[in-house]
Formats: sequence, structure tokens, C-alpha cells
Amino acid sequence: MSDALIATALRKTYGSAVALDGVDLRVGAGELVGLLGPNGAGKSTLTKIACGLVRPTAGRVEVLGQPCGSPQARARTGYLAELFRFPGWATADEVLVLHQRLARSGGGAAERARLLGLVELASASGRRVEAMSKGMQQRLGIAQALVGDPGIVLLDEPTSALDPAGRRTVRELLEALRARGVAVLLNSHLLSEIELVCDRVVIVDGGRTIAEGAPSDLVKAGGVEIETGSGHRRFAHAGREDIPELIARLVGEGERIYGARVVAGSLEDAYLDLVGSAGG
Amino acid sequence: MSSPRTEQIMDLRIIAGYALRETARRKVLVVVGILTLAFLALYAYGSAEAFDEVSRFGGVPGDVDIEEEVLTGSTLLGLAMFVTLFLGTVLAVFVTLNAVRGDAERGLLQPLVVRPVGRTTLLLARFLAAGALCVAYVSVVYAAAVALTGAAGGYWPDNPAFGALALSAAVIVVVALALLGTTLLSSTANGIAIFMIFGAGLAAGLIGQIGSALNSSSLERISSIASWALPFEALYQDGLHALTADVRGATGVIVQLGPFGGAQDAGPLLYPYVLAYLVAIAVVADRIFRRADL
Repeated sequence: MSDALIATALRKTYGSAVALDGVDLRVGAGELVGLLGPNGAGKSTLTKIACGLVRPTAGRVEVLGQPCGSPQARARTGYLAELFRFPGWATADEVLVLHQRLARSGGGAAERARLLGLVELASASGRRVEAMSKGMQQRLGIAQALVGDPGIVLLDEPTSALDPAGRRTVRELLEALRARGVAVLLNSHLLSEIELVCDRVVIVDGGRTIAEGAPSDLVKAGGVEIETGSGHRRFAHAGREDIPELIARLVGEGERIYGARVVAGSLEDAYLDLVGSAGG
Repeated sequence: MSSPRTEQIMDLRIIAGYALRETARRKVLVVVGILTLAFLALYAYGSAEAFDEVSRFGGVPGDVDIEEEVLTGSTLLGLAMFVTLFLGTVLAVFVTLNAVRGDAERGLLQPLVVRPVGRTTLLLARFLAAGALCVAYVSVVYAAAVALTGAAGGYWPDNPAFGALALSAAVIVVVALALLGTTLLSSTANGIAIFMIFGAGLAAGLIGQIGSALNSSSLERISSIASWALPFEALYQDGLHALTADVRGATGVIVQLGPFGGAQDAGPLLYPYVLAYLVAIAVVADRIFRRADL
């Protein structure tokens, strides 16, 4: 798999504050990578460096083989900022026309109709941004990021304003992008979304990468839970193979046993284990 | 495939068009429009009254030959130029107020900057849009003032186009300063800074006039330095001077004593200097914007 994004020893400081402290990151073509971390971990800074909004202090980022921020890299990058706004006077269609022209996309009305359809805004193409809900604006933002068929899409909290149905739409959209070979870097606090859709997860904290891997590799078993006469007992570090011994011990202590199960871990548990529950 | 230059021109047109559309939808245009109409209506009434009063005055006794319509007309038009520049400055400040920092803080700029449009192109397009709007505005208001003065008292300046040129150049300098400010300051801070700079320029002009009247070389030097540092003031003075430059005799002397008569001719280097000044501002603003983290 060729790399759509390569960040090497990336460092960014704002005065004495260190936002990124030597981060390495790779996103393959057609790979969907989730970027996790507490507030202030450096996720948005990393995304902004990749699309040329922020200059790195040190290190290097290549996007589709081009230096990040170069016109060639920007021409093939789709980006949705965490905090963005479109002019209130423009309609959804006008916003996309503007971005088509700036992205030099020749997709015309067909591309606009397709993108608005993808984010379920087909019926709102003539609606002004100022008359849209926050969720609709976020969907329009996603459509804008996909103008010109980018080779990589950087999404910073793309589902924060969406309802569950909207999140599912975005999830399906991301899966469709992956199927087309588009690389996606998804920055989100919604761990359940990341776990459902991402091929790989990178967790950053304090400007450093602290864990990386497939969600299934990062997720640990959540222990064993045994239902006794005196209530549920949780053995956090036990596994399936420990159940008979645990039951024998509890019976020996005079407990009556009604059931036992292995508790499945979640990405959220793994994340909190790594960054600490006080983070973010 | 288009050449890079063709693409840059296209980008300039797209962003400038976007900036003009955005401006057209802001209430500031309505405010400036109402202020302008109010000013022109008052100016028309005031001019008619002033010429009427002067014609009833009956001239100066004795052998002194005073051209009342020249004296009245040039003074009124000088006042109109001052108000036109002030209104043009208000417009310039409001159309450029948010262009960089303000739009970045609101999240409007980032979606545009990540497109393959250079930041230089983006800044230049904003300058061209704001400059074109402000030049059109001061030209129209100034032309209206010239026409109203002529209609009210039959006074036509010898070189009316020069006044329009001076005001246009002055307002372009204000646009450039405001755009430079917007790469550094938030909207409110930038607006306040530009109005303070405008006020400082006008104060320097007044100091120069006082210095001229008192024959104080120190005051005149202070005014001269300030005018070169803030050349919109020098341009305004130059345009004002051109209004009355051809007035000779007793009328010329009295015009020079009037509130707008002490204007200085900045000499032939003014316009090349202003061009160099604009280029310097553009280079600094572009450098700041290109290095800015958004």
C-alpha cells in the first residue's frame, strides 16, 4: 500500500508550548485512520499542518508525494476544519460552486448534485447557509471537502454536530471513500465511531504518539464478571481460562454462583487506560 | 491545462468576486450609502445657501478684485474632499476589517486557504476588490460634489480629475494599511488602529497648516514627515492644492488663508513614492500572511 500521508519527526511549538513533539504518522492510500487524543493533544495541529494551514517547527510531512502545503498537495487534499463557517448569504450550491472553481474541478452541476446527495442535502441545494442547522452545515462541510475527488481527506471532528442518523451517513460515506482508494485521516472524540469504521487508530497525547494499531489490537478484554448471591463480582484482569478457578474459589468461600461471562473491552476502555481518565 | 499565470488570474477573479459579493451583503454598505446620501443632500443645500449668501454680500469694497464663486466653490469642494476621504476610509476599513484575522477567527478563511490558491493571490484579490470598490465610491461621491458645487454656484475646478485621482490614491493607501493591519490584528483592534492612523494623518496635516500660517519650520517638518509616513494625507493635501493652484491675485491669497487653503503640493515624487509605499506594504503583509498559522 503506498502512503498518502507521511509525517516524520513532526514538531510544532507555539512559544514555549509544545503542540507536537516528534510525531511520526503514516496513512496509506485507501486507509481510514482515526486520530485520537485528549483536548490539546495536538490532533488538530497535526491535521492543520498536513493541509498547509499551520507551519511545522521541525519535521516533514508529505501528502501524496508532495510537500504538505504545496499547491500540488492542496489540489488533492480535502479538508474539513473542526471550526469552520461558510458565508451565510451563500446557498449550498453556491458554496460548492466556489470550491469547485478554487479546486479547479470540472465536475460541474453533476458533481455538486452527487456530493449533496451523498450527505443527504440534495433537497437543500438552494438553501442559504444561514438558514441551515448546524448539522446541515457540517454535512455541507463534508461535501465541500470532497469537491474535486481528493486523494486524501482530512476530517477534524466531522460528526460533532450530527444526529445518530447523520453519523451513520458519514460512516457509510467514509467506507465508500475507502473503497475508492481515498485515504482518510479522521480526527474525532467519538471513539465508538472510530472503532466502527477505522482500519487503524493512532492515539496522541502531549504531542507524542502513545499507541498505534488496529482497533481490535488496541482493545483489551474487559475481565470476567461473575454473578453471585451477593451481587456481581468483576475480575478486571482475568480471562476466559480463569473462570473455572474463580468459580471454584468463590464456591469455596461459600458464594452461590448464578452466571459468569467474559466482559468485552472497548476502544474507549483502551483509550482511557492509555491517556488516563482525567485527560481531555 | 491552463498556465500558472492564467490560473492565478482566474483565482484573483474568483476571490475578488467572492469578496465583493460578501461586501454587498453586509449592512455596512447600507450605512455608508445612507451617510453618503445624507452628506450629498446637506452639501447641495449648504452649497446653494453659501453661494446665495456670498452673492448677496456684494464683494469687498475698494479696488480688491475677489472672485467670490472661486473662493466659495474651492472652499466648499475642499470640505467635500475631506468628507469624501473620511467616508471612503470608513468604507475601506469596513470592507477589509475581517479579511485575514477576523475571517480566520470565524473559520471562514480556512476552507479557502486549503485550496490550491496561494495566500499571496488571496490577499491580492482582497486588495483589488476593496480597492476597486473604494476607488469607485470616492470617485462617484467626489464627482457628485463637483457637479453640485457647479450647479449651485457655477464654480468648476480647473482640474477636477486630479482631485479624484488624489482621493482614489489616498483611499487605496488606506485599504493597503487596513489589509496589513488585518494580517496582524483582530477585527476590532484593526478598525480602531486604522481610524487612529487616519486621525493622526489628518492631525499632521492641520499641524502643517498651522506651521505654514505661523511660519514655523519645526511644525512644517513634523507635518511633512507624518505625511510621508502616512501618504494618504499627502495625497489629500496634494489634491486639495490642485483645486486652488491656479487661483491668482487677491482671491488666491484669501483662499490660502482659508481652512483648506494651506494645502501643500507634495511635488512630482509623491506618486512614485506612493507606488513604492504600496509595494512595501504588500510585501510585508504577504510575508506575514504566508507565515501565519491559521
